Amino acid sequence: MSTTRIASLLSVGALALASLVSPARAEETVKVGVLHSLSGTMAISETSLRDVLLFTFDEINAKGGVLGKKITPVVVDGASNWPLFAEKAKQLLEQDKVAVTFGCWTSVSRKSVLPVYEKNNGLLFYPVQYEGEEESKNVAYTAEAVNQQATPAVDYLLAQGVKKFYLLGSDYVYPQTTNLVLLEYLLSKGVALENIGGGFRKDASGKIISAGKYTPFGHTDYQQIVAEIKQFSAGGGAAVVSTLNGDTNVPFFKEYAASGLTAESCPVVSFSISEDEFRGLPADKLVGQLGCWTYFQTIKSPANKKFVADFQAWLGKSTVPGIVKDGRVTCSPMVLSYDGVYLWKACVEKAGSFEVDKVRDAWKSGVSFDGPGGKVTTQPNMHLTKNVFIGETKADGQFKILKSFDNVYGEPWLKGKFK
Amino acid sequence: MASSEKYAPPAPPSDTVAALLAFTVLAVLIMPMLDVFGAIDHFTLNLWGKYLCYALLALSVNVLWGGTGLLSLGQGLFFALGGYMHGMYLMRMIGDQGQYHKPIPDFLVFLGWTDLPGFWKPFENFSFAILMAFLLPGIIAGIFGWLAFRSRIKGVYFSILTQALTYAGALIFFRNNTLMGGNNGFTDFKAELGFSLREPATQRGLFIATAVMLIGVVIFLRWLEGTKFGLVQRAIRDGENRTLFSGYATPAFKLFLFVLAALIAAIGGALYVPQVGIINPSDMTPEKSLEAIVWVAVGGRGTLLGPILGAVFVNMLKSYATRAIPDLWLILLGGLFLLVVLFLPGGLVSLPEKLRGLWQRFRPTPTPAPAA
Repeated sequence: MSTTRIASLLSVGALALASLVSPARAEETVKVGVLHSLSGTMAISETSLRDVLLFTFDEINAKGGVLGKKITPVVVDGASNWPLFAEKAKQLLEQDKVAVTFGCWTSVSRKSVLPVYEKNNGLLFYPVQYEGEEESKNVAYTAEAVNQQATPAVDYLLAQGVKKFYLLGSDYVYPQTTNLVLLEYLLSKGVALENIGGGFRKDASGKIISAGKYTPFGHTDYQQIVAEIKQFSAGGGAAVVSTLNGDTNVPFFKEYAASGLTAESCPVVSFSISEDEFRGLPADKLVGQLGCWTYFQTIKSPANKKFVADFQAWLGKSTVPGIVKDGRVTCSPMVLSYDGVYLWKACVEKAGSFEVDKVRDAWKSGVSFDGPGGKVTTQPNMHLTKNVFIGETKADGQFKILKSFDNVYGEPWLKGKFK
Repeated sequence: MASSEKYAPPAPPSDTVAALLAFTVLAVLIMPMLDVFGAIDHFTLNLWGKYLCYALLALSVNVLWGGTGLLSLGQGLFFALGGYMHGMYLMRMIGDQGQYHKPIPDFLVFLGWTDLPGFWKPFENFSFAILMAFLLPGIIAGIFGWLAFRSRIKGVYFSILTQALTYAGALIFFRNNTLMGGNNGFTDFKAELGFSLREPATQRGLFIATAVMLIGVVIFLRWLEGTKFGLVQRAIRDGENRTLFSGYATPAFKLFLFVLAALIAAIGGALYVPQVGIINPSDMTPEKSLEAIVWVAVGGRGTLLGPILGAVFVNMLKSYATRAIPDLWLILLGGLFLLVVLFLPGGLVSLPEKLRGLWQRFRPTPTPAPAA
């Protein structure tokens, strides 16, 4: 009896040692990490980024790779589990010793892996719109900063004669920050405080520390909020700025349509709904509502047409287990992932090395890539200059482009900037 | 139960002692030594530190489920609360090295605070934070347990309530206004007691501390099993009404065990945070607590080694499979759980016995007949 128990314990120990896998590094390949959620709540969004990354690697490898080395992706599943993200990041950096990682969607996943990248001096390419207020030398933010989405959208609305803005979002750090920045921006543009809806929360000294209306993740009852918006928009000239996330958009827009509010009477501009989200949302409830991203699939450029066609063709041939092949679209986070890989390639080639410090120096020196959304250029603050587009939702879940802003500089530190 | 006879606790079987000894040597001496000499990398040791924290959570589940017949689906709450309390100390130790370079935690700067809120202040003191890591989960378990057990809430109703309890905790901590970091929780820790958390030596120290705590908890639970209290605990599991009518105030016993289990989970959580580097409300969602139930079921419910084995084995498999087969690992894990439930209801710990049984059935020589 005792021997079997000891044996079982020792075998656990032996397995521990076996879990130390350090495969030999082949000379002609370079390992690249892909850290997205392929299971759990975020899988629906993040799997698309995994797909586009694998497509990009194949495209680059077919043309000879990076510095003559073929990209070998190391795909791991963060499983929408934030501590697991930190573990997988450690594994990619400390065991697989990847040259670079493309990954993360939620801010919390980025925050959980950030210390790991800083400790190991790794490099993470982060492709999804975020709240800013962060600038790590170990993260290349290809993502939209707040001034590449929210403030251009407001500029557009102001030009359309909108005078009243209702701020609505899910209760987490991205909407909270975006709305605080927007509050300052709107006030600086001469919009009166009483024309900014959603409510404010003040600290003891009377300073506003939170602006807008917030609902928890998964909230379904928007009756009261929509009634409030209806009242707010009564005089006309009002718009809703929405940072509602994911599923909550369905009950919100249903309620919105049911109350008689329309895109004409009070348009809603959403920052978290892209073409890819429409695979799971009823687009017909959102027809005419606005979106703002640095890419839309409907961009009519040869580069974009080729990108969309090549990606669709790649999907058709793909042998990745469980990959969705039908009804696939492209969207901004996917294109920013695609751009990120090419920018990394350009930086590596400029540096002549895969070393993170040299690649970062190349990034900071300013490298450009003509992507599907137009030219993107790297900045010394680890962010990206890119074009911004305002689009109107169509019934097929695509956007009709209404306006574009060219070469918008990505600025992560916006709080207190607009006076 | 013969009341006149004095109950003598059984001596612990030698195999448990031997297994414990083997584990002690392995965890406290061999693995850190291998790490020092570079035979295993720091990542692996750190990962094992996490597994051992999960093992404490599994033990906590098992005290209630395996030992007392109370299926709590909310032990993750106490684990996370222990983590949060220790995390508050770690957040204070960041000092002004955060993104904003302000003397208060980043998320408070982001929320517009310029001074530290009052309830954060004492957490600069390590001892206070650790004390709170026990007190808060203990008090919450005490209040909840008192209300639940005096109302004779049992079985599935108890399970549902514990699940609701941890969900409520998650909702409270998700709010930014709770001033506990909201959805992002706490992360980017720098130092513990002046030692940099980035140093392998600090992580090694944390690993050893976790192993020692785990061994301490196992020894304590083994001892408790052998006492008269342990006997009453098993009696409650096997027939609560009979125990009640034998004159034992079962609600008081259950309350004690519920608080004890919460404390064990809290130890795991407090040790988990500096090793994993993040704590956020997702650790309070019911899914996390359910995962711990699965570890216990896989390892072997109602034993001391089973939950530890289950927690380590399932998480090791998860670590391996999310890297090796990222598209299919859930199917692998799901398949494993089905196999265990169908063919190994006693869990992994019952595997040697099961194999011996099979061997005896199929071995070529017939069993010798009893001496005539």
